[in-house]
Amino acid sequence: MAELKKDETRFVIAIYVDNKFGVLTRVTSMFTRRGFNIDALTVGVTESPEYSRITLSMSGDGYARAQMLNQLRKLHNVKKVEILDEKDIIERELLLIKVSNAADQHQLIMSCVDIFKAKIIDYSTTPLGIEVTGTSDKIDAFIEMIRPVGIIESCRSGIIALSKGSGSMLDTPDLF
Amino acid sequence: MKLKGAEIVIESLIDQGVTDIFGYPGGTVLDIYDALYARSDRINHYLVAHEQHAAHAADGYARATGKVGVCLATSGPGATNLVTGIATAMLDSVPVVAITGNVGRPMVGKDSFQEVDITGITLPITKHNYFVNDIEELPEIMREAFKIAKSDRPGPVLIDIPKDVQNLTTEFKPQGPVESYDLIQPQENRIEEAIAAIEKAKRPYLYIGGGVNAAEAYGDIVKLADKIDAVIGTSLMGISCVPNDDPRYLGMVGMHGHYASTIAQDEADLIIAIGTRFSDRVTGKTTEFCKEATILHLDVDFAEISKNVSADIGVRGDLRITLPRIISGVKKLEHPKWIARVDELKAEEKEKQAKTFGVDPKDIMEVINDIKSDDTAVATDVGQHQMWAAQYLTFNKPRKFISSGGLGTMGFGMGAAEGAAVGTKAPTVLITGDGSFGMNLNEVIAASEHDLPLTVVILNNKVLGMVRQWQNLFYGKRFSNTVLEARAPDYVKLAEAFGATGVVTETVEEFREAFEKAYRSGHVTLIDCRIDKDEFVLPMIPAGKTVADMVTERGEK
Repeated sequence: MAELKKDETRFVIAIYVDNKFGVLTRVTSMFTRRGFNIDALTVGVTESPEYSRITLSMSGDGYARAQMLNQLRKLHNVKKVEILDEKDIIERELLLIKVSNAADQHQLIMSCVDIFKAKIIDYSTTPLGIEVTGTSDKIDAFIEMIRPVGIIESCRSGIIALSKGSGSMLDTPDLF
Repeated sequence: MKLKGAEIVIESLIDQGVTDIFGYPGGTVLDIYDALYARSDRINHYLVAHEQHAAHAADGYARATGKVGVCLATSGPGATNLVTGIATAMLDSVPVVAITGNVGRPMVGKDSFQEVDITGITLPITKHNYFVNDIEELPEIMREAFKIAKSDRPGPVLIDIPKDVQNLTTEFKPQGPVESYDLIQPQENRIEEAIAAIEKAKRPYLYIGGGVNAAEAYGDIVKLADKIDAVIGTSLMGISCVPNDDPRYLGMVGMHGHYASTIAQDEADLIIAIGTRFSDRVTGKTTEFCKEATILHLDVDFAEISKNVSADIGVRGDLRITLPRIISGVKKLEHPKWIARVDELKAEEKEKQAKTFGVDPKDIMEVINDIKSDDTAVATDVGQHQMWAAQYLTFNKPRKFISSGGLGTMGFGMGAAEGAAVGTKAPTVLITGDGSFGMNLNEVIAASEHDLPLTVVILNNKVLGMVRQWQNLFYGKRFSNTVLEARAPDYVKLAEAFGATGVVTETVEEFREAFEKAYRSGHVTLIDCRIDKDEFVLPMIPAGKTVADMVTERGEK
């Protein structure tokens, strides 16, 4: 992830879009067109078959946040956009990572797996496949801890997140 | 009734009240053209010379009439030729529906002959677009496209229809023209804040743009200005939104804005920006722009508020609601000192006459003002001639100045003027330059064939005047590739070859005679109006600079 500049914060945006062909391209094309960079993006089906939900994390100053929201809201297939308040969300990210399985590193690997409640999902004599879920910070920390073992390959899912509380984001009014 | 996709396209247009479309046939729209053939008594098709002009004509038609303009082109190169026209409409928020054919669905993605992903290409330059995968969806897509194009902040919508879908049938029922989406209501507390700011201000300035056209809020602009004793300046897109003979009207602001208008904007303590987007051509250096003033921004598009210039108060809502609420809520105000100061600026402006080297472009514009009626639409291309037209032409009715502001499209003029002539059914003028005209002169043949009442004024200086002006000022007079002397065409012969009339004028008197005759003729005339290659458009605030850097005088050549 890019270093944050002064006045920049990292934030998570949730977007309900029509579950239609090409909608993801419309959303990402807007980011390119306006010169904003996305750190991570996930998309998947939701409780409603009509809509997909895009969760993306990006960084920017107050101007970027406001422009982003407003430009997204203008897209015809976007039904609802919100910046999720980091203090008030449940969020998860998934990491799959392949590390080398040298005998002298077993102790370190096992303690990382224990501490982070990770799972070994592919055990072989050479590489080891590990799954970790958690907040992005937790995954960053896991990667740092296990790095000395030797990372062969890794892949992160990008964040998914929901606001806490009883309501659905779809029912809250837009504020301009 | 059950109809083929191609028939649904044309029946839908008729159902939406469309009477005129602009297009060019080709392989994947043969079926649509066949459906058109059978319905030619109910809808007129204007065959252009090149698809780019079809898009510009639809755009010019929409700007001149307020209706949605429609263009039609085939797949591949036909579709890509529309792109500049669609982008032009997008940047100036003009409601256009562009229809393209595409190869049949089984051929899509195979790099088939004349296949191109036009929905992908036009994604960033359309308000929305559609690839019609399912015939069942076509009738609703046709309706929704018009709804999106004309609602809120208008814009172009493209519909791409594969050839096989055009040949499938489904049920079609005419339902009449679609209504726009509900008008966006401004928030009451924002209106109150706006009124408070207006009542506090001593030097209010209305800065208006093309959004006033979209909302047809012309009357309310003058009402508001009268009630709060404000003066009015416009962006390029706002020209002709206010009767130019209103004493409050100061003309265009910005890079080539009127002196009084631009200085008054800088001296104002409240800028009420209405349906406008603080283009860099208006603001110059944004950090210095009206630094001391309160910025009150009224716009239907929330993304425009604080995009280019940070607004102290933003009121997001349709001007049709926002303006009457402000007008009825605000006290009657008087600012005699401010008006006196503006009168001083107007007097100073009169004295700042730029030096000219022969036929003064201002005199040419004044001849046009003398002869044209208030109902005449004037289109322009892009460059010096455009700025002179913006500065010196006068308009007393809306939708009469048709110019590519945001994209600055050289080559816009002929198509746009053709669209305006078709839409207004009245004598129409195109003011162009020899550079811009070179990009679209093939369209003369179409205008001629349709026998449109079009007078084309080519301000011919045998150079790319605006670029030359910059080279003159900022590039040490190194006139790299801007001299067209060696290729200057004989416009009289060109006009004749295309079935039009051509005439050369070398003095203002000759021009007056030629223009009068052309304007009254009801046919296409090209006037090759010779001017000097070193005229400047003044005043000028160099790009990214401030009002303090305004150039109003011109030295020797």
